[in-house]
Amino acid sequence: MSEIVASNETILVVGGGISGMTAALEAAECGKQVILLEKTPALGGRVSQLYRYFPKLCHPTCGLEINLRRVKANPNLRVLTMAEVTAVSGDAGNYSVKVRISPRYVNENCTACGECEKAVEAEFDDEFNYGLGKRKGAYLPHKMAFPQRYVIDPAIIGTADADKAKEACKYGAIDLDMQEQEIELTVGAIIWATGWRPYDAARIQPYGYDRIANVITSVEFERMADPYGPTGGKLLRPSDGKEAKDIAFIQCAGSRDRNHLKHCSRICCMASLKQSTYVTEKHGEDGKATIYYIDIRAIDRIDDFYRKVKENPNVSFIKSKVANIVEDKETGNPVLRGVDTEGYHRYENPHDLVVLAVGMEPSVPADAFPVDVEINEEGFIEASPDNGAVFAAGCSSDALDVNRAVQSATASALRAIQVINRAAGTEG
Amino acid sequence: MSDEKKTGCYICKGCGIGERLNTSQMATIAEREARANIVREHDFLCSAEGVAMIQNDIDNEGVNHIAIVACSRRAKTEAFNFDGVAISRGNIREGVIWVRPDTDEAQETTQEMAEDYTRMAVFEVNAMNVPKPSGEAEGQTNILIVGGGLSGMTAAIEASKAGYKCTIVEKSGALGGHAAQAWKRIPQHAPYKDPEDTGIDEMIAAIEADPNIEVCLNSRVTRTSGAPGRFSADISTESGDTKTENFGAIIQASGYTDHDVSHIDKLGYGNADVITQAELEALAREANGGPIKRPSDGKEVANVVFIQCAGQRSDEEGHLPYCSGHCCLTSIKQAMYFKDQNPDIDTTILYDDLRTPGAGGEDFYRSGQDKQVIFTKGAVNQISSSGNGAKVNFKDRILDEDVEIEADLVVLATGMVPNSGVNIDEVPQDEPGQFEVSVDSILNLTYRQGKDVPQLKYGFSDSHFICFPYETRRTGIYTAGPVRRPMDDQQAIEDATGAALKAIQAAENAQLGRAAHPRSGDLSYPSFRREGCTQCKRCTVECPFGAIDEDEERYPKFNEGRCRRCGTCMGACPVRVISFENYSVDTIGQQIKNIDIPDEFDEKPRILVLACENDAYPALDMAGMAGVEYSAFARVIPVRCLGSTNLIWVTDALNSGYDGCVLMGCQKGENYQCHFVKGSEMAHYRMSKVDDTLQSLSLEPERVATYEVAITDIERAPQLINDMAETIERIGMSPFKF
Repeated sequence: MSEIVASNETILVVGGGISGMTAALEAAECGKQVILLEKTPALGGRVSQLYRYFPKLCHPTCGLEINLRRVKANPNLRVLTMAEVTAVSGDAGNYSVKVRISPRYVNENCTACGECEKAVEAEFDDEFNYGLGKRKGAYLPHKMAFPQRYVIDPAIIGTADADKAKEACKYGAIDLDMQEQEIELTVGAIIWATGWRPYDAARIQPYGYDRIANVITSVEFERMADPYGPTGGKLLRPSDGKEAKDIAFIQCAGSRDRNHLKHCSRICCMASLKQSTYVTEKHGEDGKATIYYIDIRAIDRIDDFYRKVKENPNVSFIKSKVANIVEDKETGNPVLRGVDTEGYHRYENPHDLVVLAVGMEPSVPADAFPVDVEINEEGFIEASPDNGAVFAAGCSSDALDVNRAVQSATASALRAIQVINRAAGTEG
Repeated sequence: MSDEKKTGCYICKGCGIGERLNTSQMATIAEREARANIVREHDFLCSAEGVAMIQNDIDNEGVNHIAIVACSRRAKTEAFNFDGVAISRGNIREGVIWVRPDTDEAQETTQEMAEDYTRMAVFEVNAMNVPKPSGEAEGQTNILIVGGGLSGMTAAIEASKAGYKCTIVEKSGALGGHAAQAWKRIPQHAPYKDPEDTGIDEMIAAIEADPNIEVCLNSRVTRTSGAPGRFSADISTESGDTKTENFGAIIQASGYTDHDVSHIDKLGYGNADVITQAELEALAREANGGPIKRPSDGKEVANVVFIQCAGQRSDEEGHLPYCSGHCCLTSIKQAMYFKDQNPDIDTTILYDDLRTPGAGGEDFYRSGQDKQVIFTKGAVNQISSSGNGAKVNFKDRILDEDVEIEADLVVLATGMVPNSGVNIDEVPQDEPGQFEVSVDSILNLTYRQGKDVPQLKYGFSDSHFICFPYETRRTGIYTAGPVRRPMDDQQAIEDATGAALKAIQAAENAQLGRAAHPRSGDLSYPSFRREGCTQCKRCTVECPFGAIDEDEERYPKFNEGRCRRCGTCMGACPVRVISFENYSVDTIGQQIKNIDIPDEFDEKPRILVLACENDAYPALDMAGMAGVEYSAFARVIPVRCLGSTNLIWVTDALNSGYDGCVLMGCQKGENYQCHFVKGSEMAHYRMSKVDDTLQSLSLEPERVATYEVAITDIERAPQLINDMAETIERIGMSPFKF
């Protein structure tokens, strides 16, 4: 790999999701030198796995296309994928950052022609679809992956598949001897945008995610709704592959709960309201959605989306924290039990499918941060003068929706620029 | 670079192109028909060697116009990025071999497709010029901030920290706005347990001590003209003194007004002891940490009820249709004013949905519960009073029955109404040269399209975009804080900091003559041929960004810094006098005119597809990646925005023998997805009138179809093309083949 030129006037952005891309682009479009690191093989993060955004029900890939165009057009921005920060030393205005780059086994000669994918046989769970589908051992992470370059799964290295992939490539793009690399970057400021991951639903034992086939998570449901997802856009029950028409959404699955995530993950109410529209989109009058909730947090201007969903007679709301779920062995239906707190009515409701609106937890556990920053009980980075020139952006700072994550990222870009401009001694 | 045009055409044979297509035939066409000066084929054009070959022609052969006939313009963009030359891309991978079956039968039409894309690429690039920065670029980077509340002060402090000068214009006699009227603020730092000092005094002190920040109190902006990098604003004091200053960018942080609920009978506002959240802040400040007393008789409050969503979240008359976002946390904070002073005071929060998001929100809610604040889910039936205190009759949603409680004080969470100035969609515009100051306007823009930033929903000057929240429809003017959407203090701080970045960015890029989002960095800008202009004003009216004014002689005046380079003006112009250096009626027109049109008896129709480059074009690319086929008769041309589509393209296509035209733009209307806001809508409107043209040519109306296409329409977009092919089969070939 060519040497990466960086200096204390460079801004490092860690994380290539919507927040990291935004922070990097906003800073680069101010004329600053920016390096953007992404742990996975492609930019885009969690939003690239969404079928639609709330409240407009537009497609996240539309914004991703714009952002990728901005990335391609900007000479100030360099992107390193499969890269992770392992250590940070130094102070505001002068950090030294160690970065580990995992081998992709595919170099920049790759034209994304797809011949290697055709040649290999081994299949693996597809991360992009949260394991709901399979991908080959040589793969493009998704259709809009940037860099538009294939990846060889390390698991096929040393197997016949790897050799087949190499033989299939006419462009010398496959390098099976590629090794892990460590590089060191000098930067002036760091924007930390490592985002979130879905809370491990299996830990919410009463809901039986690990025992009941037809209990799935909201992120899995999102992939199912996507016409180019693992089910071709059909809402299918994992137990028998039948179409699910009566679907329950359980809010605060793992959130607002001292046993799990203390915080409110903010997005889940709007996400379930959005997903209730998928049920209508796919099944029309035959589709039924029931939302079990504590409070519907459709905050600010987008409250009108909630009111619009409420007008749909096929969507009902039950104010209740569901106590537990059991499986009806005969039908495979999950049966939800609890008390409707509006009037204290007990219920025992069967549904075709249950979607757990799982909470957001910070991607990096509090004890695993390679950099010294103040972290709150929930695991998010607190703004603090003690953080030096490390600034949190997006869901590293709190549970945020896309709009607010972008605001946060844009703000963090300015905070980083303040440090860089001081280091450079420039006056606007 | 010399002015002499020298064109190189580079044809890639990689990724199966060489096996599927006769590239040497394409090379011959590029040379003989399209008259490229240099034509080269390469087995692997995007390789270092292939790129070096092109660079060598630039450096040593004087090639300055480059047609790359290979993969889609969306692929290998970085490899094929050459400075100082005009570049076009002929898409024969995603656009040809990947959407056509590899059969002997299909070979001929597939080859013809590739040959046409070769012609198109060369003719397009020949019609392009390399854009140079606008001569308009100027060097102001200081920022005008309208509004001296929390958002405005934050924007100033943060911009100053990055080294930029700012001027705050505040209409009242002091900085601080609503935030300065508060006793305490919602905590902004872990452990999120107790109300904090507002910090406003420190901010004001910091601003006063900051040589980068100028503050104009008792002042309003009475006139704003210009563009990013060269805004000129009149700042007038109450006493009538006016000064004019120049700015690089503007932040509008004009804040909000408390929602007036006096006409909502059931809330009982007007009774002395029924007050708003803002009025409670005043009582708390007065109490200064001691017992809070009720207004009617000064009795120390022993029992207080907070009513959430008072006059909000409802379509009923006089109600706000939205949630104001901060009120739940504010009521918890205010309940703590009582509890922290005397834990025996009863504090009840009557809510519908309690909205305390995130880590801080939920921690603060829990802290309220720990302090014995009572939360009751219910809806007010009637608040009444017979002088002192008040009775709250409400439906308890948990007990499912009507309940009445008596309170010394009732606090209404009434919500925020944005101060967004005049609604330019409703207020008639001044005639050119007849500018009059409006007292209701925030910015008093001299823009042809109106005095303020366009409003979105419910009066907020929000951006429409989820992924690009700062983009207003007025380039270089960014709104921040509750004028943009309802928000609490912490979010306003974040928002204002982001807006400061956008303002700095706009000012910096304006200096370099570069476009703002989404075509950031684009140096091209629209110019027009004055002698051809008929002063029809369509460009000034249709520009989604209000970039075009009229000069004294009523010709359009393009304010390049305000332009987003979408080309909607170019599409609007009936006499086709508007163009960009690298994107014009001609760059597209040349592509349309120079394909090969087989004669009628060949039964090979031609379908012109104009596709939005951000959504429909990527959808067609991804169709190729997914192996979805479409008609070999389609010739797809990406456009910056469907709004840039000039009717002449369609007319020319039909006149020269195309059999059908398919236009693909983004979703329009309320939930528009068009990145240029109105472009797709304008295109649809124009095409709704295309029937006249078709009639005059005696052509069937089905030959032109306009669609809204999303980037995810990977199967639908090809289907729409195939539909047109079927239509043509049904109604027959165009009679205009020569």
